Amino acid sequence: MTQATATMPSDGAASAWTPRWRLLACALPAAAFFAAFWLLPVVRLLALPADKGGATYFAVLTDARYLQSMANTVLLSAAVTLATLVLGAAVGIYLARHAFRGRRVLLSLLTLPLSFPGVIIGFFVILLGGRQGVVASVSDALIGERITFAYGLLGLFLAYLYFSLPRAIATYAAAAEAMNLQLEEAARSLGASRLRVARDVWMPELAPTTLACGAILFATSMGAFGTAFTLASKFEVIPITIYNEFTNYANFALAASLSIALGLVTWLVLFAARRFGANPVAR
Amino acid sequence: MRTNIRPQAPFLLAITLAVSLFMIAPMLLSVMAGLVNNYGTGLQSGLTLRWLGEVWENYGGTVGWSLALAAACVACTVLLGVPCAYALARSRSRAAHVFEELLTLPVAVPGLATALALILAYGQLTAFRQSFAFILVGHVVFTLPFMVRTVGSAFQRHELLALEEAARTLGASFRQRFMGILVPAVFPAIVAGSLMVFTLSVGEFNLTWMLHTPLTRTLPVGLADSYASMRIEIGSAYTLVFFAVILPVLWGLQYLAHLIQKRHGT
Repeated sequence: MTQATATMPSDGAASAWTPRWRLLACALPAAAFFAAFWLLPVVRLLALPADKGGATYFAVLTDARYLQSMANTVLLSAAVTLATLVLGAAVGIYLARHAFRGRRVLLSLLTLPLSFPGVIIGFFVILLGGRQGVVASVSDALIGERITFAYGLLGLFLAYLYFSLPRAIATYAAAAEAMNLQLEEAARSLGASRLRVARDVWMPELAPTTLACGAILFATSMGAFGTAFTLASKFEVIPITIYNEFTNYANFALAASLSIALGLVTWLVLFAARRFGANPVAR
Repeated sequence: MRTNIRPQAPFLLAITLAVSLFMIAPMLLSVMAGLVNNYGTGLQSGLTLRWLGEVWENYGGTVGWSLALAAACVACTVLLGVPCAYALARSRSRAAHVFEELLTLPVAVPGLATALALILAYGQLTAFRQSFAFILVGHVVFTLPFMVRTVGSAFQRHELLALEEAARTLGASFRQRFMGILVPAVFPAIVAGSLMVFTLSVGEFNLTWMLHTPLTRTLPVGLADSYASMRIEIGSAYTLVFFAVILPVLWGLQYLAHLIQKRHGT
């Protein structure tokens, strides 16, 4: 087989010197691994609820307990995402604009929790708000009553906030570098207050970043397991429900059905963010 | 000009201080808690290393296993992912696009679901199920998209196409082109991807918790166990071990990546 003489393919496609079969051979190991250890098992998982009847697929909608759990998770994730975006943007913008000694150290400390497993963050909240926690000791000294918040909604919220903030801070610190200061100065010189500037200049400028970052934060919060697991909270989230169904009740079909529901919601949010993020002008 | 143009930003400063306190205080607290005799009484009860000793006794093996697993994960993703990234970067067919989308699904789908699927499919093979290989498979499935994406975008650079063509017209075989030109050219991307994969593998809990057995525990799994069943001081000491062992490794790798990127100029 003679190879074609040297002319650059116009679209970088499989060409005479990188024939189709060779590209296929390059991708084959990964494809085989992926098919064997994810694709086929997941297809099997998707088919599992059918064993107990087609209605099992809609268990999340029909059973009040699961619906509550899913609603809990969505609301918690939404609240955490909102709070994280606001706080993360504030910190990211501040750190990008104000240089001081130790700023790099502070930034790396603030983004350090990205490498922590979720369980550690749950543990941090226990250290702060558990029965032996700092807040309990302080409140005991002040008002004679030990305040514990670690095992309720507040503890869960703070823990989720803790693992979401590093990602937002890192994203906004990078995005803030590219912000246009002239727009802001023009606004200030026209008499806009700080809040006005934030609302009318910063928010539109940072909209694409916010959308992408918010989607990731929401997806991460929806699927977070380790943190809720450590806190053993009264406020049940869907990953914990799935885990309980699987481990305690050996209810595989139901666990599979709930996992599909969770995966669907997460994927929908990411997909929507990608669709709308791709057309920022069409607002 | 990035100088102090705006000296007053009182609200931003206040938020930054509050957030910094919120983020850093627990880390310091947990370090302290691992070194005192009694967390309830705090520093007054004196400092001790005995909790660290107990942690090492009960959970010492998990540290080595986590690091070994992460290294193996990096090796697997490099061997599987780099050729795959090349194929995806060069191919314009629809199937390639679909495959690339599919590859990133394990990241969107919660780790719990992936673990469930693996257990249902391979749980019967006891030898496999009870080995670290089972956990390794889960980690690789989860981290492969990161490697493929990172290296894939490096392969798509236009200069690489020209280099490839030049090498081919000079008579280089595919093997020579791949190992001698393409891999060195995307080496910084491979290093960046490896760092990402290593970090993800070391901290991975969702998948690993479902896939582990009492004999195959990683560091995060051990941490969860200690938080649930041991004293708060032991949990803190174990967290301290995590910081003291894992973080320098991560920082060292980051530094190494930084050095390599500087030398290779990308």
